[in-house]
Amino acid sequence: MSIVLENISKNFGAFSALDRINLEIPEGELVALLGPSGCGKTTLLRIIAGLERPDAGKVLLSGEDKTDLDVRKRGIGFVFQHYALFRHMTVFDNVAFGLRVKPKSSRPNESVIADKVHALLNLVHLDWLHDRFPDQLSGGQRQRIALARALAVEPNVLLLDEPFGALDASVRKELRLWLRHLHNELNVTTIFVTHDQEEAMEVASQIVVLNRGKIEQKGSPTQIYDEPKNDFVSQFIGHTNVFHLEQDDSAWLKNSGIVLDDTDGITAHVRPHHIGVEKLDGNAASPITLTDWQHLGATIRLELSNEGFNGTAKVIYAEMPSDQFKQSRLKRGDKVSVFIRQAHWFNLEKPHAPEAATNFYL
Amino acid sequence: MIAIPQEISTAKTSVTASALRDPDWLKYGLIAVALSFIFLFLCLPLGLVIFQAFSKGLVAFWEALSQPDTLAAIKLTLLTALITVPLNTVFGIAAAWAITRFEFKGKSFLTTLIDLPFSVSPVISGVIFVLLFGLQGVFGSWLSGHDIKIIFAVPGIILATLFVTFPFVARQLIPLMQEMGHEEEEAALSLGASGWQMFFQITLPNIKWALLYGVLLCNARAMGEFGAVSVVSGHIRGLTNTLPLQVEVSYNDYDVVGAFASASILASLAIVTLVLKTLLEWKQGIR
Repeated sequence: MSIVLENISKNFGAFSALDRINLEIPEGELVALLGPSGCGKTTLLRIIAGLERPDAGKVLLSGEDKTDLDVRKRGIGFVFQHYALFRHMTVFDNVAFGLRVKPKSSRPNESVIADKVHALLNLVHLDWLHDRFPDQLSGGQRQRIALARALAVEPNVLLLDEPFGALDASVRKELRLWLRHLHNELNVTTIFVTHDQEEAMEVASQIVVLNRGKIEQKGSPTQIYDEPKNDFVSQFIGHTNVFHLEQDDSAWLKNSGIVLDDTDGITAHVRPHHIGVEKLDGNAASPITLTDWQHLGATIRLELSNEGFNGTAKVIYAEMPSDQFKQSRLKRGDKVSVFIRQAHWFNLEKPHAPEAATNFYL
Repeated sequence: MIAIPQEISTAKTSVTASALRDPDWLKYGLIAVALSFIFLFLCLPLGLVIFQAFSKGLVAFWEALSQPDTLAAIKLTLLTALITVPLNTVFGIAAAWAITRFEFKGKSFLTTLIDLPFSVSPVISGVIFVLLFGLQGVFGSWLSGHDIKIIFAVPGIILATLFVTFPFVARQLIPLMQEMGHEEEEAALSLGASGWQMFFQITLPNIKWALLYGVLLCNARAMGEFGAVSVVSGHIRGLTNTLPLQVEVSYNDYDVVGAFASASILASLAIVTLVLKTLLEWKQGIR
């Protein structure tokens, strides 16, 4: 089922949670609504589900206006942040609930329900837990049961509110991939809410970045990461070094590779892995010193301090592959030279007409 | 550990840090004070009630209870409870639902209002009804014109009891439902359940112990209420005397056995309530 949102607005008192949201989600996509807490992403999800009414605007499902349709008639599956499993029912009864409350005319008989529930529990690899109660399950197991329960009614859209928010890091990693594979298998339009950009990048086919009730950018993970539309998206997705060209020492930046004539109100965002670092001998005149480094696995993060630099970017973060780091024989306290391979420029004076992500290569 | 006998095995005493431990004289002193209070003000009177009830033998006790006036009082008490408890259960659930599930103007006012019967003296609650429905009351002439009797009749007793007991169920449910949140209910709706299905299959199982607890307290008060009922009843023997009023009437007649026999019924109701209450609290705890 495709989803179209037209001019959705929602206020809570004087607080504007959503401000004229327009969004189109084609059938079969796996979409992440990404944003910091309080940006309105959960409210948007609940409006799509029908758990919340928008103050203005329309929700179209498969092209039909369903704005005022009750949640129980929308054909959606909703997975709640804290799973909301029925605590007084076994896992089996939880999953069977959606089938048992159907009106008599369309309700399958108990043996059909049993087959279906066991099939769903097998799908989430938890059939062996069917007679347990929710409080006897781990977080990851509850999450998967909640998903099986939502899938039991064969929804056209699956909506997940912070699906991995309450899980351990290792379980979270495993479930992310599992969700992506499950989506490939079922191919049902899926929208999930997250504040974790890594999670959005890893799981989703499309990411919608929200901030203060507005959509900042929509696109594939690659587009969002490589071509951020504005400085909010650029800073929210991944790490970035921010240079204010006006305040900072633009002469130094020009030497490092950023070339710009008019620097008024312009910031340059540089990803750590777009900064090249080279070791200099001890008596070189470079103002930049390697103060610390951390091993992140495949990459090494370098903390560079820039003495005699008056601007905001006193500490610059760079990243390089760990093999390269070993070869370069860098150590703490070394003088280094820095060059910038790629940057995004944003004009903060006119935030809604960004100077755009002009890329350049040295 | 197994070899060491635990002195206090049932009570949940946590290990107290030695810095927080009180000296022995204080500990035993406080225990002695508490126990003697309980004995003097609870056990002694209760024991006396039962002792007095049986002071002239089992036969006298039985005869006192089977007097027509006493039987009528027992019937009226049961009738009052039978009507007020279900009504207040429904009202309590409705009020708790409205307060915890909806946002509306005057919500905090309603929450305060529910507590009103707790803060008003029962006698005043009775007087309110007399002022409303009594002969000189607001609706008095209309009522007597239509030959409807409320004050000094059974309807008045039921109304006064309703008023006095209405906070019990709501007060039990509101904090529980607030703490539970409504995610489970929303989940039920999103799975296609109707409002009634959601209520009976999801909400009710989650609140049932608290609900029973509230009903129990409500019932105990409905059967035991004296002040409000005393004002509206008119003390007509065999007609408008509930059990607590019957106790007073018998006592004023120097019918000691009769008074204490009726009182012993109320006292045993209290004990049954206590046992059930403990049981429910335990059930709620293990859920």
